[in-house]
Amino acid sequence: MFEALSAEEWRAVALSLRVSVWATVLSLPLGILVAYALARWDFRGRQVLNGLVHLPLILPPVVTGYLLLITFGRKGYVGQFLDQWFGIVLAFRWTGAALAAAVMAFPLMVRAIRLAIESVDPKLEQAASTLGAPRLWVFATVTLPLILPGIIAGAILAFAKAMGEFGATITFVSNIPGQTQTLPSAIYAFLQVPGGDAQAFRLVLVAIAVAMTALLLSEWVSRAVARRISGQ
Amino acid sequence: MTLSVALQHAFASFALDAVFEAPSGVTALFGRSGSGKSTVVNAVAGLLRPDRGRITLDGLTLLDTDAGISLPPHRRGMGYVFQDGRLFPHLTVRQNLLYGRWFSGKGQGADLSRIVDLLGIGALLDRRPGALSGGEKQRVAIGRAILSNPRILLMDEPLAALDEARKAEILPYLERLRDEWNLPILYVSHSVAEVARLATTVVLMEAGRVVTAGPAAEVLSDPAIAPTLGLREAGAMITARVTAQEGDGLTRLETGGGPVFLPRVDVPDGAVLRLRILAQDVMVATERPTGISALNILQARVGTIHLGDGPGAMVQLRVGDEVMLARLTRRSVAALDLKPGREVYAVLKAVSVAQENVGRAPW
Repeated sequence: MFEALSAEEWRAVALSLRVSVWATVLSLPLGILVAYALARWDFRGRQVLNGLVHLPLILPPVVTGYLLLITFGRKGYVGQFLDQWFGIVLAFRWTGAALAAAVMAFPLMVRAIRLAIESVDPKLEQAASTLGAPRLWVFATVTLPLILPGIIAGAILAFAKAMGEFGATITFVSNIPGQTQTLPSAIYAFLQVPGGDAQAFRLVLVAIAVAMTALLLSEWVSRAVARRISGQ
Repeated sequence: MTLSVALQHAFASFALDAVFEAPSGVTALFGRSGSGKSTVVNAVAGLLRPDRGRITLDGLTLLDTDAGISLPPHRRGMGYVFQDGRLFPHLTVRQNLLYGRWFSGKGQGADLSRIVDLLGIGALLDRRPGALSGGEKQRVAIGRAILSNPRILLMDEPLAALDEARKAEILPYLERLRDEWNLPILYVSHSVAEVARLATTVVLMEAGRVVTAGPAAEVLSDPAIAPTLGLREAGAMITARVTAQEGDGLTRLETGGGPVFLPRVDVPDGAVLRLRILAQDVMVATERPTGISALNILQARVGTIHLGDGPGAMVQLRVGDEVMLARLTRRSVAALDLKPGREVYAVLKAVSVAQENVGRAPW
């Protein structure tokens, strides 16, 4: 497959994989925390948080991309702050693509994990606390193992969404080959030039292969985990 | 070791206002469903925060709403056995048993092998909870609670979800726990049979309030309490020492009122048992009856007589220094001229004492 792709095509695939992996891995802890808060905590602003998390799912991706640009761009409040204090620049960089992918995939991740948390019987957590386990321990030793299939499902869903993210990414970080040209951006770019159909089609095949592999893997892993924790 | 509880909590349908003390031994919190028993236990465990209350265990204050003290559940040191077991499905039986160990400190408390022996769960250690029967799960849950090295054990209807056979399987383990483990137990139940079998102290609750509390034998043999327990369930406990296994399948036991014969009870001679005798199984005669099939005729003296609203009467019979109850009609009480202090004979069929009502006497 490597020989079948040109260097430019391969760069797009590799970049997409890198962007998606980082987007998924870095947003996972926050995703678990937000899912837990939405599932278990009763606090003011719970509905607001819920809405905020789901916003990227409903907004046109170009709007999300634009909001990212004015917030995390060089002139944006957060972007300026990150640049001045940490020297981190997101706009028009692959890191920005990762941020855009993470934001777009976040609702899917949180939904899957939240469902898993809601299916854990709080009585088990109570039982753990009567046995002397402090809250964090209860979470680490009871809740977390029991929601593992949900976490895996959420992570893979987020990864697949990140691989396919196009609208917010191209708005926020543009379509610079080798920098921010992800798999979907590359397919789009190839389709804009005459004779690019063959290249686009090869990348389409790659996209399908990656998506299928991710789905099968998630099915297999979560079934294995579910078997382990079902108590059989 | 004494647990002192004083709680007030308002629910939509009723108000809880309970004050009682649980000394060492098994204290049964007893009452109908909805009388507030589970609320009390959850408040003791810290799983429910009452409107007002004070709970202390010897010198340790677990809850004092006036002083703003409420220890979180994990710092109370309460071993809690739930009705539904609540074993962790993703852990093996061994891991479940040792879960509390992480927090109680290494080398502290009971030894795993001793608990495993006591509860007979050695063969289950490497299995997962999903592969256990209801009775096995409950035994593991009891072991898990004890191994967390608690100051006191809370049991909320631990047998209610089990069928009769499984109950009979677990009761002897609970008796051993009571007698061999120096651990106070607060035991919630709505079953008189369980309470009679296990309790050393009874706290009777009704509609969120404590109706009466005291030593089990006293509370259960109070004829005025009987209607609260349910007339068919009313009955008192007497202790009896096994003296012989006889050739025709009967076991001879000695009580304060003379010998008693029961269908074979499989314990060695000398064992001291606690028999729960249902009030409705006891007949009263003013002279020693002859030509009667009932094998057990005990000398007794009439204690207090509680006349019901209907045709019934609950009569207390003193047998040695213990008390039995007999459920008679008011007509019989009048016809026999039963009065406190009168010498009578209590008649009991050998076969009327069910196996489940024969248990080990606490000591």
